Amino acid sequence: MSSYDLLIVGIGGQGTILASNIIGEACLLEGVPIKGVETHGMAQRGGSVESHVRIGGTFGPLISPGGADLMIALDLMEAVRYRHYLKPEGRIIVNDHTVVPTSVFMQKLPMPARDDLVAALEGHPVTLVDAAGLAAEAGNLIVQNVVMLGAAAPSLPLKAESLEEAVTRLVPQKFLDLNLRAFALGREAGRS
Amino acid sequence: MVKQYLLGNEAIAHACIEAGIDFASGYPGTPSSEVIDTLRAQKKREFYIEWSVNEKVALENALAASWCGQRSMVTMKHVGLNVAADPLMTSAYTGAKGGFVILSADDPYAHSSQNEQDTRRYAHFAKLPCMNPSSVQEAHDMMKDAFALSEKVGLPVLFRPTTRVCHSKGDVDLGEVSEEHRTGVFEKDPKQYVVIPAHTRALHKKLNEKQPMVRKAVMDLGYNTAEVRGETAVVASGIAASYVQEVIPDGVSFMKVGCFPIDGAWMEKFVQQHKKVLVVEEGAPVVEERLRQLACGVEVFGQMNGAVPMEGELSPAAVAASMVKAGILKESPFQSPAPAEGLPPRPPILCAGCGHRATFYAMKRVFPDGIFPSDIGCYTLGLQLGTVDTTICMGASVTVGSGIANSGEKRPVVATIGDSTFLHTGIQGLINAVYNGADMTLVILDNRITAMTGHQPNPNTGETAMGEASVPISLETICRACGASFVETVDPYDLTATLEALKAAKARKGTKVVIARQACVITARRAGVRRAHFRVDPETCTACGACLRFGCPALGKDAEGKANINELCSGCGVCAEICPAGAIVKEGRK
Repeated sequence: MSSYDLLIVGIGGQGTILASNIIGEACLLEGVPIKGVETHGMAQRGGSVESHVRIGGTFGPLISPGGADLMIALDLMEAVRYRHYLKPEGRIIVNDHTVVPTSVFMQKLPMPARDDLVAALEGHPVTLVDAAGLAAEAGNLIVQNVVMLGAAAPSLPLKAESLEEAVTRLVPQKFLDLNLRAFALGREAGRS
Repeated sequence: MVKQYLLGNEAIAHACIEAGIDFASGYPGTPSSEVIDTLRAQKKREFYIEWSVNEKVALENALAASWCGQRSMVTMKHVGLNVAADPLMTSAYTGAKGGFVILSADDPYAHSSQNEQDTRRYAHFAKLPCMNPSSVQEAHDMMKDAFALSEKVGLPVLFRPTTRVCHSKGDVDLGEVSEEHRTGVFEKDPKQYVVIPAHTRALHKKLNEKQPMVRKAVMDLGYNTAEVRGETAVVASGIAASYVQEVIPDGVSFMKVGCFPIDGAWMEKFVQQHKKVLVVEEGAPVVEERLRQLACGVEVFGQMNGAVPMEGELSPAAVAASMVKAGILKESPFQSPAPAEGLPPRPPILCAGCGHRATFYAMKRVFPDGIFPSDIGCYTLGLQLGTVDTTICMGASVTVGSGIANSGEKRPVVATIGDSTFLHTGIQGLINAVYNGADMTLVILDNRITAMTGHQPNPNTGETAMGEASVPISLETICRACGASFVETVDPYDLTATLEALKAAKARKGTKVVIARQACVITARRAGVRRAHFRVDPETCTACGACLRFGCPALGKDAEGKANINELCSGCGVCAEICPAGAIVKEGRK
């Protein structure tokens, strides 16, 4: 049985793990097998992180390069860094923003321009999302990860209601409305 | 039975509760730490937990609980087992009474480790059984069985998950939580527990005589499976087995070795039914070596003839490549598109406001020609700041420092070690350095917690793993008791005072200690500490770049090269002290 393989990439601290947990919970709700693996430990904050999610997966947790159906990137440059994990037709849902890594200042490395990063994704269907803008609209910049998950929802082989229910189960009650607004706004952006 | 989406380590912890665990100890280490952290987080908890000061201490504590009849577990990462190797080897002689599991998580590819050693080697060395799960579900099931296996054979059982099991997630079927618990009672039995030569010789013989029974008990668990489907076979162990299952062609036999020691007769029978066998495993060629002893005439592919990589971790694509080399697959089903080039790297970095960065900055200022031995912790990331010249293992900053100092090297030696690492194996090194007159400075980077592995408490924190208050140890008192006559404590956010303390240390002979104390910026935030952010006054900023070289992720620059401060700022204020133009000011001030 082949799985629907999803890669979530970003920067440590941006909330890739919560995004993968929401998808996992949605799979449980739908009775779909799921496997995944992610970067943990060793103070990953600020570092490049990846989370593999295999919806319908029954084998190991790792996605092979050239094998992912979809990538959710919480940072534009990280989308480029992991692009080779996608199938040729693999879709990219990407935050239209990148954080300049400190290596640019410390080692005086050139920082690619935004348009060059977008160009580097050419060939794949790409949805650029203003995650910060939509998160601000939802009420707090902290929910950019849920905005991005919402934007990916129309592409995922899971019902939007399952994902919403998963958000409800996993997010603390007092932040629930905020997260559901973020999910809805993201979903709207993902459909356009 | 309930199904949950869990991290491997969470599933392992749940299995412990299902098995009715009574006692858990360990020292944090990636990828093992979440097992005890999950146990700590249980609302209803009828078992004892401790984060011990090091792995040897942890293993001895859990072993003793087992001798008292409790179901016990000790957790650590693979290199921690080196620290605990002394009691490990002889615990095989004394044996276990209550089920005793030694979890030692291996880290192929050294995602966050200093080497790639294989715990299964230790199992062989100590003559102990070992379980090597291939998935999250199997890790759960094996851990539950491990306690009973230990009781059945009367031996500690090694449990070897790898990073991609510990930090995998999957839908796991969980069992019922056990209500059964045991209160420890120690029954004196010197012939079992006092390993004087006369006793230990008899115990060794007993251990050897047990081995056939152990092999059978391990086979009876059903984790070692084999299916003959053709003339060619693939044999796999651990996570590699799940990769093999993803790519193995029809008509190729498959053997999975989940538990050790291997029953030679079982393996020989399987191997002899084939013309060609490929052995796939991460770590050392443990299965392959055994199989080659039994293969006589059968063609074997594996690590030992280059068909499988001898280092790093495997993946479905790597396993497919091995199958191609062994002639089991014509070509790999995986493409290998080229990664993008020329992107600036984004390695993990010290947090904005981390006190370690400020201490490193001061060290470089005072000791421009210094040699900087360091240790294992978040602060190893100081490599990027040029203040980490060596790391080898826990506690080795002090000892490598004293060795360099006593080698005749003339440049000043300034070693750095975290509070948890100092308590782990740093103290002995300090005693040794002071007593033998090493001319060096030891900087203890004291953030009050074991941060890198996920903020576990240590004796410097003031709270136990059970969540109970305990009197925090005094690092100053320990250092003075070790014989250090110069012991100064500074707040690294106070750059001037830190520079002064380091200069004073530099001016003296002998082994000096500077304790740079500032709570981990993450735990401080969680505890409610809020500091006003800083900002750059663009009119005063001269775009000199001094603050950017500090390397804080809260600092960036605009198109004109002038600095700016983003929302990551935690308000430590060190950049304001660094700025030569006085352009960095606290929010709300002119």
